[in-house]
Amino acid sequence: MPSLSHLRTLEAESIHILREVAAEFARPVMLYSIGKDSSVMLRLAQKAFYPGRIPFPLLHVDTTYKFKEMIEFRDWYPASIGADLRVYVNREARDAGANPVTLGTAKCCGLLKTRALLNALSEGGYDAAFGGARRDEEKSRAKERIYSFRDQYGQWDPKNQRPELWNVFNSRIDKGQSIRVFPLSNWTELDVWHYIHLENIPVVPLYFAKPRPMVVRGGSLIPPEHNVIPLLPGEAPQMVMCRMRSLGCTPCTGAIRSEAATVPAIIEELLRFRRSERENRIIDHDQEGSMELKKREGYF
Amino acid sequence: MIAAETNRESLSPESLSIDEFLARELNKDLLRFSTAGSVDDGKSTLIGRLLYDARGIYDDQLDSIRKSKVNRSSGAIDFSLLTDGLRAEREQGITIDVAYRYFSTPRRKFIIADTPGHEQYTRNMATGASTAQLAIVLVDARNGVLPQTRRHATISALLGIPRLVLAVNKMDLVDYSREVFEKIRSDFFAFTSDFGFEEIQPIPISALEGENVARRGGQMHWYGGPALLEYLETVPVSEDTRSRPLRFPVQYVIRPDQHFRGYAGQIASGTLRVGDRVAVLPSGQSSRVASITTFDGDMQSAHAPMSVTVTLEDERDISRGDMLTHLDDQPYVSRRFEANLVWMTEDPLAAGRSLLLKHSAQQVSARVHSIESRLDIGTMERKPAATLSLNDIGTVRIDASRPIFFDRYRDNRLTGAFILIDPLTNSTVGAGMIQSAVRRQTVDLGHVTPEERYARNGHGPALLALANGPLALRLERRLFDHGCQVIAAAQGAHTAALYAAGLIVISPSFTGERAIDLNHLPLPGDEEAAVDAIMAYLEQNGILATDRFSSGEGI
Repeated sequence: MPSLSHLRTLEAESIHILREVAAEFARPVMLYSIGKDSSVMLRLAQKAFYPGRIPFPLLHVDTTYKFKEMIEFRDWYPASIGADLRVYVNREARDAGANPVTLGTAKCCGLLKTRALLNALSEGGYDAAFGGARRDEEKSRAKERIYSFRDQYGQWDPKNQRPELWNVFNSRIDKGQSIRVFPLSNWTELDVWHYIHLENIPVVPLYFAKPRPMVVRGGSLIPPEHNVIPLLPGEAPQMVMCRMRSLGCTPCTGAIRSEAATVPAIIEELLRFRRSERENRIIDHDQEGSMELKKREGYF
Repeated sequence: MIAAETNRESLSPESLSIDEFLARELNKDLLRFSTAGSVDDGKSTLIGRLLYDARGIYDDQLDSIRKSKVNRSSGAIDFSLLTDGLRAEREQGITIDVAYRYFSTPRRKFIIADTPGHEQYTRNMATGASTAQLAIVLVDARNGVLPQTRRHATISALLGIPRLVLAVNKMDLVDYSREVFEKIRSDFFAFTSDFGFEEIQPIPISALEGENVARRGGQMHWYGGPALLEYLETVPVSEDTRSRPLRFPVQYVIRPDQHFRGYAGQIASGTLRVGDRVAVLPSGQSSRVASITTFDGDMQSAHAPMSVTVTLEDERDISRGDMLTHLDDQPYVSRRFEANLVWMTEDPLAAGRSLLLKHSAQQVSARVHSIESRLDIGTMERKPAATLSLNDIGTVRIDASRPIFFDRYRDNRLTGAFILIDPLTNSTVGAGMIQSAVRRQTVDLGHVTPEERYARNGHGPALLALANGPLALRLERRLFDHGCQVIAAAQGAHTAALYAAGLIVISPSFTGERAIDLNHLPLPGDEEAAVDAIMAYLEQNGILATDRFSSGEGI
């Protein structure tokens, strides 16, 4: 008898995790970032509770610097499958003009993502929050548990993680504490794209190559949308055949030059390309170990 | 066309179209393996080399490593920096936690649980080993078999890993000597002969030079076996769990409307077919499988490790923590069992300690009845012990507050495993592997005390006055299904005796100060909800020792 394929094995494990959380926590929520990983996570949630509805809401922490196509997709897709989507914005910080150019990426992320996320979780009274992070994304994520315990301030202590054995998860928390849960922990970027292909899962069109206006600076392609990054003398947006490898905020997410306009073409490109996907995320490169610092403070 | 440069050239010199490639990817299976060893054994270097050789390392990650200020090796690329993730570890130069790594070749996807080797990190090793189908035990050719080698092999055996690779590393530093390799091999086989591994594959390697890692090297002509990666790609993936007895723990009840009541879970072992007669544990009722429902359509059969939803032909009161099995091959059902335990916290374990036990989808309170022995890894002897300290491995007897359904760990790694949780700190403090049910306790002299009754029953005695007859029967059923000693009866002369025997007695009315009158509780109209409320009330009043009786139900 052939073994179950790796994708179906990963799928079964992720569904187990989703159900376990729904059974053992009072108020779970799924962090929905609109990206490909969220799309996969959402499909897995549909599968886990079929023919019932997904028994928890989705939450999008909107920095207001997201691409227009992302917001369109967000407003269409979850509703089309009957999911309950909620949106949270740190209005206070946004109204005060928070942006990555004047504040620096670390502080901007801290306010519009981390602070906003913590506020939203605490206002919603959520005791468990699913995130789409994968262990293959970044070195400090490689050691994160599937159930990642957070104290009452939402902070992660990498030296005091609960041992996690077999598929038996410890869901005990005290009031005010919470757990971040990563059902895609064992998936790789390639697994995610492969699953999207296999399952025909809709994703934001930004992932697919087409000519887009971009500011070309050195090797980087900077999207002009939201217009917070000042142009250097002589710079102007020009049409470039490109796509996004990962989706974040427009000022901090660069595009890559690409011809890949279909999912199989993206998979092919991934394999040829072999550049780490977060490379175009400016936030990870502020300082060595910066993702770990952010996570200690409460970032996903 | 995709050139095979993305994977290993030696294995796939052909070119594929993207469609062919995708079809092949879809059929790849998954091998999880653990590695244990210290920095000195070159473990991180080996993993870095594996990832590198399997082309699993992205170019820019390599770039960032070349920029890093720390470089422990003298070579151009320090492979170990690819795997040691956390700042603290980078500063101390040791791997202190379990890190998971991913790579794939055209034949297989791999998940590595990379664990530290030092004695004080036994718990991390056990964590990494718990899901592994194979373990690589790394030995430095210059040092031979060390106490920590024994530790790795012992933990791998204890955690039920069927296959081992004995990777004798740094062969370059012993002139690729066959004699050195053979000596280590025979030392290793001598002490692992009765560990019960299905297979041990010894491989001489040099992770630094890449000898026998991805491909057989030129330096060791005397070695006729497979290179490490070659072995990993071809070794059978674990035991075939789908031909084992059916174990379907009910994780979640899906009830979108009155017409559908589905039991969702991941099949722990075995195969389930529509029409199968199944037993529902713990009630022992039976029914037939009416459907296996999934998002992708109904299935005629499903097997481990699929996550599915099952409906039955008959209406049964089934909730999270119950288990479906076939009628003929059932698990043990017991509140008492003996288990190997890895103790994972600073605060030592002594007999009598009360903890929460999570097993499959059940969580119950439990007491450590006794510590039978502690394993001395150095001598492999089991010696009497009063306590287990952090990273100790011992044999203990557990009394759970209600029966759990289990198999021996060696027969089923999912239904034989449990974790222990400290109810105060909420930490995971122990990992247990059940060896056997304990049918008879040693004879205790003297009268049976109320405390002993409490410990056995998992609840105190109670006289519950409840005039609503149907609700009383429903409550009796719920309490009974959860392992309580309970009877719904008319009040009579024997009530006092039943109470003294530690039972929960339900009767239309009771008088006297011990009676708990439920007739005046504000109960919801729905019977199910009323039972929930009473269960919660009994918990609050200390009658029931366990919590979460009513969790995990429905949508």
